[in-house]
Amino acid sequence: MARITVTVNGADHTDEVEPRLLLAHYLRDKLRLTGTHIGCDTTNCGACTVLCDGLPVKSCTMFAVQADGREIITVEGLATGGQLQPIQQGFKEEHGLQCGFCTPGMMVAATALLERNPDPSEEEIRWALSGNVCRCTGYVNIVKAVRWAAQAMQEQAAPEEPATRQPATEQAATR
Amino acid sequence: MFPAAFDYRSPAALEDVLDSLAAYGDEAKVLAGGMSLIPMMKLRFASPEVLVDLGRVPGLDAVQETPDGLRIGALVRHAELEASELLRQRYPVMAAAAPLIADPLVRNRGTLVGSLAHADPAGDWGSVMLALNAEVVARSTAGQRVIPVREFFTGPFSTVLQPTEVAVEVRVPRPSSRSGGTYLKLERKVGDFATVGVAAHLELDNERIGRAGLALTAVGGHNVVAAEAEEVLAGAEPGPEVFAEAAEAAARAADPPSDVRGSADYKRQVVRTYVRRGLARSLELAQAA
Amino acid sequence: MTTTMPGPEIHGLGHSMKRKEDDRFVRGRGTYIEDVVLPRMLHMALLRSPLAHARIASIDPSAAAELPGVVAVVTGADLAAHNLAWMPTLSGDTQAVLATDKVRFQGQEVAAVVAEDPYVARDALELIEVDYEELPAVVDPHAALRPAAPVIRDDKEGQDTNLAYTWEAGDKAAADAAFAQADVVVSLDTHYPRCHPSPMETCGCVADVNAATGKATIYMTSQAPHAHRTLFAMVAGLPEQNIQIKTVDIGGGFGNKVPIYPGYVVATAASLLLDRPVKWIEDRTENLISTGFARDYHMHGELALNRDGRMLGLRVSMVSDQGAFFADAQPSKCRAGLFHIVTGSYDLTAAHVTGRGAYTNKAPGGVAYRCSFRVTEASFLIERLVQNAAYELGIDPAELRRLNFIRPEQFPYQSATGFLYDSGNYPAALQKALDAVGYDELRREQAEGRAQGKLMGIGIASFTEVVGAGPHKDYDIAGIKMFDSAELRVHPTGKAILKIGVQTQGQGHETTFAQIVANELRIPAEDVLVQYGDTDNTPYGLGTYASRSTPTAGAATAVVSRKLLDKGRKIAAHVLECSPDDLEWQSGRFVVKGTPEQAVTIQDVAFAAYTNHPDDLEAGLEGVTYYDPPNMTYPFGTYVVVVDVDPETGVWTVRRAVAVDDCGVRINPMIVEGQLHGGLAEGYGIAAMQLITFDEQGNCIGSNFMDYLLPTSWETPRFETYAMETPSPHHPLGAKGVGESATVGSPAAYVNAVIDALTHLGVRNIDMPVTSAKVWQAIQQASP
Repeated sequence: MARITVTVNGADHTDEVEPRLLLAHYLRDKLRLTGTHIGCDTTNCGACTVLCDGLPVKSCTMFAVQADGREIITVEGLATGGQLQPIQQGFKEEHGLQCGFCTPGMMVAATALLERNPDPSEEEIRWALSGNVCRCTGYVNIVKAVRWAAQAMQEQAAPEEPATRQPATEQAATR
Repeated sequence: MFPAAFDYRSPAALEDVLDSLAAYGDEAKVLAGGMSLIPMMKLRFASPEVLVDLGRVPGLDAVQETPDGLRIGALVRHAELEASELLRQRYPVMAAAAPLIADPLVRNRGTLVGSLAHADPAGDWGSVMLALNAEVVARSTAGQRVIPVREFFTGPFSTVLQPTEVAVEVRVPRPSSRSGGTYLKLERKVGDFATVGVAAHLELDNERIGRAGLALTAVGGHNVVAAEAEEVLAGAEPGPEVFAEAAEAAARAADPPSDVRGSADYKRQVVRTYVRRGLARSLELAQAA
Repeated sequence: MTTTMPGPEIHGLGHSMKRKEDDRFVRGRGTYIEDVVLPRMLHMALLRSPLAHARIASIDPSAAAELPGVVAVVTGADLAAHNLAWMPTLSGDTQAVLATDKVRFQGQEVAAVVAEDPYVARDALELIEVDYEELPAVVDPHAALRPAAPVIRDDKEGQDTNLAYTWEAGDKAAADAAFAQADVVVSLDTHYPRCHPSPMETCGCVADVNAATGKATIYMTSQAPHAHRTLFAMVAGLPEQNIQIKTVDIGGGFGNKVPIYPGYVVATAASLLLDRPVKWIEDRTENLISTGFARDYHMHGELALNRDGRMLGLRVSMVSDQGAFFADAQPSKCRAGLFHIVTGSYDLTAAHVTGRGAYTNKAPGGVAYRCSFRVTEASFLIERLVQNAAYELGIDPAELRRLNFIRPEQFPYQSATGFLYDSGNYPAALQKALDAVGYDELRREQAEGRAQGKLMGIGIASFTEVVGAGPHKDYDIAGIKMFDSAELRVHPTGKAILKIGVQTQGQGHETTFAQIVANELRIPAEDVLVQYGDTDNTPYGLGTYASRSTPTAGAATAVVSRKLLDKGRKIAAHVLECSPDDLEWQSGRFVVKGTPEQAVTIQDVAFAAYTNHPDDLEAGLEGVTYYDPPNMTYPFGTYVVVVDVDPETGVWTVRRAVAVDDCGVRINPMIVEGQLHGGLAEGYGIAAMQLITFDEQGNCIGSNFMDYLLPTSWETPRFETYAMETPSPHHPLGAKGVGESATVGSPAAYVNAVIDALTHLGVRNIDMPVTSAKVWQAIQQASP
C-alpha cells in the first residue's frame, strides 16, 4: 500500500492505496465522485478525463499514486456554489449531450481548451476534443456548446461591452 | 481494466532509479507518461513486478536548445513539443509530428523519450528521430552511454537498452539554417497508430541537397531509415525527378505487413506518395528558411 | 389533425425545450450502472474462452477459489445443477450461460469469479485452469452452410447443419415474370459487415437477491426492463412479482442493451446463492467480443428495369452470419427482421426476398443497431442498387430515383413485400436535398474535375424506414405483443406524473414525453415528471429500440392525456354547473360557450378532481393506456454526401453531408435534430471504419477501441440538416419516430459518394468499411 495526498476539487484527501489502483477508480470508488466515467480499457475514449494540474488527462491511464501531490479537478468540481459553469450551461443550452456518459470528460476537456484559447474556432474545438468519443450527438451540438460557453465567458469577462451574441444554433459551417 | 499488482518505486533522485533498475533488472519497468505501458498492464499483456516511476526525478522535464541542438528530457510531454515555437521555427519535422501523436489528452501525458524506448514499429517519433539523426542518452549504475537512434531499434518493441538502463534524454543535432522537414501520417482516425508514416528532412547546401533524412513508420519491424533514398538525395539537385526516384527507393525499403489497414502494396504506394509530398514540402520550407 | 402552437411556458409540440434531464448529467450526478453501490456488494468477473471452437475437457477452479478475497467461482456445471446453464434467446434459440460442453466463439463465457474486490476478481480469473480440445473454427457463413462443415450446434437435437433459419417474402412468380420482361438487370453482391453499437457505457448489472424477503432487485443496463423481468421469471423460475428491474441512467444503448446476456444471469444466480448483492460490469473488450453485434449480412440483389429507367422488379437473396447462437433481437415472426422493406422508396410492384441464417464460431447478437430490425441492411442494398442502375442506364442517379418513387398520392401504399406505407413525399425530400447541396453545380464541377484527374463524388440515398412495432397481430417479442403504455396522474395542485413502459438511453424521454402531456392538457412540461425504468412502478411496456418510443408510448401518452381531458370536462361541468356539452376546451381552460368569463383551468379541474368531484364520477384524475398501433410508421428522407478522393492514396474526405428528414410531426425539434446528428455520425462510422472481423481461427479483430474504430469530432463530417413534416395519418400526434433514420439511410449515401467519384473508371462496388486501401485497390483494378 502507498500513502497519497491528492487535492480533488479543492479538498485534500489522504489515503492508503494499492499502487495498481487507477486514478479513475480512486476518484469513483474511494471518493465516490462517480461523474468520472470509464468507457474503454485502452486510453481511447476520454470518458474518464479529469484535469491534472490544469491539463486534461485520462484518469483511467494514471495510477492514483501518480497523482500524489497533484491537483485534480473532476466534473463535480466544475460548478461553483451550485452555479453551473458556462461550459455546463452551454451543453444544456445547445443540446450537447444525450445519454450523458461522455459528457463529463467532454466538458472537462473543453474547459481546458477555453482556458488556453478563449475564442476557439470550430476546427480548434474539434481538434481539442478529438481524444473524447461521443456516440450520441455526432459532435455537432458539442461544438455549438463550446462556442456558447466561449461567448458567455467573454461576455462575463467584459460586461461593460454588451456583445451581440451570435445565435449559436446556426448551422455548422460547411467546409 | 484492472492491472495486476506490482511494487511501486517513485524515487526523487535519478541515482535511486538506477539502483532500483540494477536491483530488479527485467522484473522492473520504467514508468514515464505510461500511455503505452498502463494500457498494456490493464489488459494484462504486461505485468511487471516493479514499476519505477520517473515522475519525481528532477531535471528530466526540460527542452533545451544548445549550439549543438536540442536536448529533450525523459519527462517532456508530446503536448509541450506540440506547443513549441522553437520546434516550429527550427525543427519543423518535429513540429509536424507532435500534433499527430495519439490524441490531445494522451499528448498531455505521453513522452517522446518513452515513445522511443517503447519502440512500437508504428510509433511516430522513432521515424522523426531517425530522419534527424538524433541520439538517445541512456543511464545506468554503470554510467552513461550515448546511442545514435540509427543503432537504437532492434525489432518490434525492442531496443539496445539494457534492463538496467533508462533513457533519460534525446539529443537532436541542430539542422543547418537552410533546412526543412515534415512528417506525413496516414491514420484512420485521430488516436490511431500510423498505417504509414514518413519523416522527411532536407538540408540545402547552396542549391543542392546537403544531408537528407528519410525514415518510415509502420512498414517494418521497427522504424526504418530509407537509406538508399537518402543516398539518392544527397548531393542531388532538388526537384520532382529526384524526389520520385527517392520515393521509389523508399518504397523498396518498406516491408510492411498486409492487414486490415491495407495490403503491403498499398502501404508501399502510400510511402511513395508521402515521400514525394514530404520532400516537396521540406524543400519549400528549406527554401523559405 | 390540427396543432396550435402553444405559448412557450407550456412547451407543447414543436418546442425545442431544453432537456429536463440535463442538469444532473452536466453536474456529473447521473446514476449509471457502475455508480450503483449496495451494502455487502460483491464483484463478479467472467472468464472467457480464448478459442473460437473447442471442447471443454475440464475446468479446475480450485486455485482461483483459494485466492484471498474470492468468495465463489461459478462454472457451467454449477449452473446446470440449477437448470441455468442454458437460456433462451430473443429469437427462440438457446444460448449457453456458462459453457458446459463446448465453447463456440472467442469470448464465450466459461466461468465466473465473485470476489470482494474487482481487482481480485480479475486476479482470480488467471488462476482458473481450463483444458480445451481445439476444434476447427467455422468463420465463413457460406462455408458454414456447406454439407461438410463441422456442426457448431451439436447441443441441439436434430440440428445436423449450421442452418439457423430460412425465410422469404414477396412473390417469386411475380418477380420472375418482371425480370423476364426487363431490358436491363443490375446486380450487386455486397457484405454489410459486422459492426458493434458500442454505446459509451458497457453493459452491466447489480443483482440483489435478498433471501430474507425473496425479492430480486436487479439494476441493469436494459432497453426493455419489463420484457426482461418476464424473461427472468421464465428463465430463472422466480415469481415475477418478486423480480424488480431498475435501469438507472443508461449511457447509450443503440440496440446493444436489448438482449439478456449471460453476465446478468450469472450475477443473479450468484446473488441468489450467496445472499449478497453481486455487481458485474463488462470491460470494453468483453462488450465488443461477446455482446450484441449488428449486421453481418451477405446480400445479393438484382434490380430489373426497362430501358427508360422504370423499375420492374427486385430479387434479393442473402445469408446472415448469426454467430454461435441465433440471438437476433427481433419480433418472433420476423426471422430476418423487417428486411423486406428492401423495396425502399420505390414503386416496385414485384419483389421476392429470401434469406438463410448460418451458425458460425462468432459472437451471437444480431441486434438492431440504431435500426428497426434489419431495415438498415435492406435500405443500404436498395440504395446501392439504384445508384448502380443509374450508371448502367446512363441516367442521373437523382433522376432515376424521381422516376420510380412512390408518388405522394399513392399513400397509403401497399408494398410488394407486405407493408402498408402510411404517408410520404419522396420527390419533395429529394428536391430539397438537391437544392441544399447545389446538385447541378456539383455535377458540373465533377465533370470538369474529371478532365483534370480530380476525383469527386456525389452520393444520394433516398431511404424509407419502417418503425414503431407494432400492431399486435403481427409483432411480438417472445410472445409478448409489441404494444406500449403510459400511465398519467394529475395531482391536486395541477402537477402531473407520467409513467411509461419505454426506456430512455439518452433520447430525452423525460422532456419529450412531458411535452406530449403539456400539448394535450396544457399543463406546462416543467410540471410533468416522467418516470420509467422501474418495473414495479411503471406500466408494462416493451421498451425502447426500433424507433418505437414515440410511435407507441408517445401515442399512449397522447391517448391517456385525452382520456383525462374527457374526465376533466365532466369535472369542469360539475364545477361550473353546466353540461359538459356547453364547454369548450380553449388552450388549458374549459370555457362555457358564449360566456368566456365562466371558465376553469386544467389546474382548477385537477384540484376539483380530488376535492369536489361529481357524485357519478370516481375521484382523481388518473388513467392508463395500453396503445396498440394500427400500423407502423414510415419515416423517410434523402441524404446527399459529397466526397473528395485522393487518387494516389485512396483517402476520401467528406466535403458536404446534407440530410433532409421527414419523421412526421416533431415534438421537440432540438431533440430530433440531435438524434439525426448522432445517426449521421454513426452512419459515417459504419461506412468508413467500424468493423468487427475475424481471422481464420475465429480470433476477433476489433476487440478494443484501438482496433474497433469510432469516429471522433475530427473525422466526423459537419452535417447540414433540413426538416420536412408529413404527418403519420394514424398516429395521434402525427409523429413517426426518428432515432434511427440517419443510421439507416446514411451509410449508402457515403458509399454511393465514393463510388460516384470512381464510376467513370468502372468501379461499381466497394464493401464497407470503405477504407482508403480498398479505394486505392479499386482504382488500380479499374484502370490498370
